[in-house]
Amino acid sequence: MKPSIVKAQPGDVEKDASMIKQKQMMAAHYERLSNAPETGEKVASTFVPGNLNELLMCFDLVNNLPEVNAIQSGLRKKSGQYIMEAERAGHSEDVCTYVKSDIGMMMKGNIGPNGRELPKPDVLLLSYTGCFTFLKWFELLREQYKCPTIFLQTPYMADGKVTPNMIQYMVKQFKETVIPTLEEVSGVKFDIDRLREYLAKSAKAEDDLVYILETGKNKPSPIDAYFGGIYYIGPIFGAFRGTDDAIDYYKFLREEVDQRMLKGLGPVTPDGPMGEEKYRLVVEGPPNYTSFRQFWKMFYEEGATVVASSYTKVGGTYDYGFRHDPDRPLESLAEYCLGVYTNRSLPMRIDMLTDYINEYEADGLLINSIKSCNSFSAGQLLIMREVEKRTGKPAAFIETDLVDPRYFSAANVKNRLESYFQMVEQKRSGKGAAA
Amino acid sequence: MKTFIGIDLGSTTTKAVLLDESERILGRGITNSRSNYETACNVATEEAKIDARFTLFRREFGDGNLTAEAEEFLAKLESSFRLEQFLEQLDDLEETCTAMVKGDRFATTGDAVKAALAEVFVRLRKEAGPMYEPGAERKSDFFRDIAGSRYLNLAEEVGNEMDVAHDVLLNIYDKSIIAVENRPPAGSLDEKFARAMERITDGVVDPSLSEKAARALAVELEETYLVGTGYGRVTLPFSKEHIRSEILCHGLGAHMMYPKTRTVLDIGGQDTKGIQIDENGIVENFQMNDRCAAGCGRYLGYIADEMNMGLHELGPLAMKSSKPARINSTCTVFAGAELRDRLALGEAREDILAGLHRAIVLRAISIISRSGGVTDEMTFTGGVAKNEAAVRELRKLILENYGEVTINIDPDSIYTGALGGAEFARRAAEGRVEGVEA
Repeated sequence: MKPSIVKAQPGDVEKDASMIKQKQMMAAHYERLSNAPETGEKVASTFVPGNLNELLMCFDLVNNLPEVNAIQSGLRKKSGQYIMEAERAGHSEDVCTYVKSDIGMMMKGNIGPNGRELPKPDVLLLSYTGCFTFLKWFELLREQYKCPTIFLQTPYMADGKVTPNMIQYMVKQFKETVIPTLEEVSGVKFDIDRLREYLAKSAKAEDDLVYILETGKNKPSPIDAYFGGIYYIGPIFGAFRGTDDAIDYYKFLREEVDQRMLKGLGPVTPDGPMGEEKYRLVVEGPPNYTSFRQFWKMFYEEGATVVASSYTKVGGTYDYGFRHDPDRPLESLAEYCLGVYTNRSLPMRIDMLTDYINEYEADGLLINSIKSCNSFSAGQLLIMREVEKRTGKPAAFIETDLVDPRYFSAANVKNRLESYFQMVEQKRSGKGAAA
Repeated sequence: MKTFIGIDLGSTTTKAVLLDESERILGRGITNSRSNYETACNVATEEAKIDARFTLFRREFGDGNLTAEAEEFLAKLESSFRLEQFLEQLDDLEETCTAMVKGDRFATTGDAVKAALAEVFVRLRKEAGPMYEPGAERKSDFFRDIAGSRYLNLAEEVGNEMDVAHDVLLNIYDKSIIAVENRPPAGSLDEKFARAMERITDGVVDPSLSEKAARALAVELEETYLVGTGYGRVTLPFSKEHIRSEILCHGLGAHMMYPKTRTVLDIGGQDTKGIQIDENGIVENFQMNDRCAAGCGRYLGYIADEMNMGLHELGPLAMKSSKPARINSTCTVFAGAELRDRLALGEAREDILAGLHRAIVLRAISIISRSGGVTDEMTFTGGVAKNEAAVRELRKLILENYGEVTINIDPDSIYTGALGGAEFARRAAEGRVEGVEA
């Protein structure tokens, strides 16, 4: 494999060593994808929630994640034009902007964040069905690439629990459809011991990830569990779960976070170390990627740290105890898919957010409601009311979008955030009482 | 005397409120926001200070129990003062206009143009006196409107008489008025008041009035603390401690006007806010429109333009409707299309307008509901609260959705945010408010 190319960072942006390492890993992965036609590696397109990276590795398949590609396009200010391209081709304004960014990118030559063409997938593995859009998205991809498509149905946790039947149902699908198709596509025979080995590695990195995310309970929190958290989840939610690289990264990150914690320091922001921690927030919903830095700045400028977030659980709710288990390989993959955040019922999400506010001693809940994401956004007002009621802490609601720059209004978001922070301040001190 | 200033920089107008130490309103000022927030802020503050002087006069004259003579005195003083202000800006305008007459363009005509300008301003000044007699009607209180309309007429008259091209004079005016309007108010208020007093003292029967007025004028209005709020707040040269969110200011302002208020609905030029407050005026929750300003004040402005009507004429016409049309969209573009559609079909203008008002209020009701609904007294603020048709629809929909609740609408509700800001300033100066240092 060619050495990865890491773009020089603009001098005015500060990054942790772990962030630089993370970027190098991601860049290396994109190079690997772009090199696939030459190296002969086969590629599977799949999604972050229910990502079955260990299983794909058993067949020497390289993992390509269209959502992450859309995020990269958003961060690089390319998604706007891609979305318009897709809309010109007839996709409605209401369609998820990840989808439109991906479709637009394909129409424009499918150039990835490394400036090179991304490979055509050899197989599409839809392993999470909690998001209806994913189905439609893969139908579009199937039409484009005419490659085998695997559909693994994940039952929604409507009753708030995983039943043995659900697991049996999923394991049956693994045995009868998923594994045979992957064998056929890759020409590699499935070896369950290889899977066990990867799963053991996953669990190791997962332990460190949970440790890192839970450092948010400290005061001040050494991490920002939303903006910083997005860097932290990258490797494990993407193509690195089950690898030594992931183990190394999370060990490295853990040490870095430990250092900051020992010194009583807060997170590192693009403008340098965070100042005094004035507000501790729990955030529900994905971030906005087209104005990611500007959005983050609205928080750190006001001294607001996100101590816990639901978004860092879309690729697995490890802090609730789940680990990939080499002794129950297929069963634990099934449990993993079932447990991802957006596959959880509204009452489960309410419980989680309430727990976060209490356990992380947060000042309140902030919901970033995403215009184009029904998976997340449906029911959020209800979630907000209920969490407010249970915790007695103030909540607020802002509206942006994932990667459509047209739906990020900086003045509007800033106005709401400032109002919210001042509201928290007023409530906390109780000194605002009118004479 | 210590005063506390709250300034609300809205997208359409800028408002200022001056409070005294005992939380009483001393003065209010308003101006158009233009494209220059700093000037708007200065003008609104100065207007509030002028208004505060009149409050002080009234207090000096015995508050509430003014004699007819005292009322007349105040009316005269106000007219005289406004005239003083007008003349001062007129001087500025003349100077600016004259300075425009330079360069190659005016190589041959310069002197004639200057002479014409001088004549226009002589006539403008002559007209000014009667325009500012007590009781005289003026179309607007903004300099631009008053001076502008007269200038246009006089320039044509003088241009014809002196053989100077009319459009040259207009062009000079157009360039100058923007500069004049965006210049912060010059000259000291005290001097203006002194000149205004001088002009009216002749006819005053009771000399004690002049003495009392002089006493009120001698009170120094000290700017103890200032808090800015509203959309333009970040562009202001205020430090962070002097800025409060308009949502908090609206909540507190509404609480001060109606202490039992628990829900505030504010429909302004470009946003609609639903705010829930507690018994101390502290914000519990809020919701507002996202970046799309559909269904806000601007929507009505657009509809007024489409129908070739004045903004203030919409409400009264809509009130005449007995069967409002069903307008489906608060999207301004769609509503515009629907409006033309229905007009083409021959539907009555009042019915269409009533439907449009209902559409706005429906959207507001949805925002209120998202913020937590209406449980007790509610206060309606913002420019749209002045529109009787919007108020009628709101009352109807609140009754349908929440039953009988008190809905407060203050004629000065446009100042709600500034009032809250001023109270925040007062508390900050007392060192009472969290996060704001005195």
